[in-house]
Amino acid sequence: MPEPQPIPAAPPLVEISDLRFRRGGRWLFDGIDLSVHRGEVVAVMGPSGTGKTTLLRLIGGQLRAHSGSVQVIGEAVGSLGRRSLYALRRRMGVLFQSGALFTDLDCFDNVAFPLREHTALPEPLIRHIVLMKLEAVGLRGARGLYPAELSGGMARRVSLARALALDPELILYDEPFAGQDPISMGALMKLIRQLNDALGLTSIVVSHDVEETLEIADRVYVISQGQVMGVGTPDELRRRGSEWVQQFLGGLADGPVPFHYPAPSLSEDFGGGAS
Amino acid sequence: MIVRLRQLGAGTLSATTTLGRAVLFLLRVVRGSGELIHRPGLLLRELYSVGVLTLVIIIVSGLFVGMVLGLQGYYTLVDFGAEQSLGVLVALSLTRELGPVVTALLFAGRAGSALTAEIGLMKATEQLAGMEMMAVDPERRVVAPRLVAALLALPLLAMIFTLLGIVGAYLVGTSLLGVDGGAFWSQMQAQVSFEDDVLNGLIKSMLFGVAAGWIAVFNGYDCQPTSRGVSRATTRTVVVTSLVVLGLDFVLTALMFD
Ligand SMILES: Nc1ncnc2c1ncn2[C@@H]1O[C@H](COP(=O)(O)OP(=O)(O)O)[C@@H](O)[C@H]1O
Ligand SMILES: [Mg+2]
Repeated sequence: MPEPQPIPAAPPLVEISDLRFRRGGRWLFDGIDLSVHRGEVVAVMGPSGTGKTTLLRLIGGQLRAHSGSVQVIGEAVGSLGRRSLYALRRRMGVLFQSGALFTDLDCFDNVAFPLREHTALPEPLIRHIVLMKLEAVGLRGARGLYPAELSGGMARRVSLARALALDPELILYDEPFAGQDPISMGALMKLIRQLNDALGLTSIVVSHDVEETLEIADRVYVISQGQVMGVGTPDELRRRGSEWVQQFLGGLADGPVPFHYPAPSLSEDFGGGAS
Repeated sequence: MIVRLRQLGAGTLSATTTLGRAVLFLLRVVRGSGELIHRPGLLLRELYSVGVLTLVIIIVSGLFVGMVLGLQGYYTLVDFGAEQSLGVLVALSLTRELGPVVTALLFAGRAGSALTAEIGLMKATEQLAGMEMMAVDPERRVVAPRLVAALLALPLLAMIFTLLGIVGAYLVGTSLLGVDGGAFWSQMQAQVSFEDDVLNGLIKSMLFGVAAGWIAVFNGYDCQPTSRGVSRATTRTVVVTSLVVLGLDFVLTALMFD
């Protein structure tokens, strides 16, 4: 069924090796390796709180690793100066979990924002590009609406249009499906895949929505407790993943992943009162 | 006892690091504000919201403070038969002290709190982080124009406050209390010096502008990105600005006038 992935000759677009990152006294990442090749849609999955958002921030250079390296488009993100970091960021787009739209600008101006900041294009051309990007996400008609007037799914699509405004090579999605109704979920899934293939992008999708993510991803990394628990195509993982991965992908309540956060025993909390 | 001591130490340490962060932040913003020359539109928009929208409260307060000053000054002066010096008294109080100080306090309440809340909310809703990832530096794009606008607006507002205060005192003095209008102006002209009084007042209000603007934007930028964090930061802006302005005013007065 699944053809073996051809090994691309070009170096990966994103390469993370032996990444260690600490947050609040514990190692959020304790030696993670991850690589993303040009043209791929790679999903990074894991339970909430494993540090998926943190991983995107490390890739975007908003956080710096304590050790190990993060290479993005041939640059070591952790050691870039401000100017080169900003130059690198112009080549990637990020879709924040919240959308992060500018609440005081309407959709049109939100999408136009990066163009106006980074280019000296004349206004008619900007209008052209903005409407094209909005059309790509199906919201050309919503150009005059303010973020407060959009549904969650629409806001995320506008945010996607904005992330695409500067024609990035790499696009990072933080939980694109969280809290979406089935219809906008389907629309977003299709969009992510189509945009990736049509525009020749490379996408990293961070998510804990198993079904949707497995459907659009070329390869999947499952991360937990600071480690990569499994990596492969969706099919490989489903069929040959470890017990842990099976539990996570299958959404089984019982297994190696405890359902309960570590807690004092029940009798201590509920029974008998103070001793 | 040990616990107290430790708390004191921790408090001092965190206050010091906050101050350090604030200084570094100011340096970065100031260094980045050069770009505003190429984008005057950004600055103008902030000048409007920081300056023009504060005008109403400044005008009304200036008039009323001047009128009260006129009344009180007259009651005191008239006992010594010196009511013709009302203009001098009012002008000196306003240019040296009340103009810069009251304007800065009003500014903190009207514009400083708004700056903090706006920047803090942008942070809480990830708009600043989003901007960073679009390769737009929020310190230059968002903070710098607001800080510069505050620096420019406060001295202007203080001047307006002072002028209207004098007008208020004049109106009360001449129409209500029977002070001679000519004496009001001529004594003022003779006794108020440009270098000693007007210029020093202006320097004061510029320094207050630095303090008020800096405290406002830093509190917004440094707030906890939650609703409570933003509300605390807003309150802190008003409280800290007021205290700093009053403290700074004492020091400046001691240095400037003898
Ligand atoms: N600013 C922060 N300071 C301290 N801890 C944080 C901060 N942001 C996130 N964390 C912690 O880091 C962990 C990973 O967070 P995050 O990357 O948002 O997880 P995910 O996106 O996978 O749900 C969480 O346990 C969270 O408590
Ligand atoms: Mg997250």
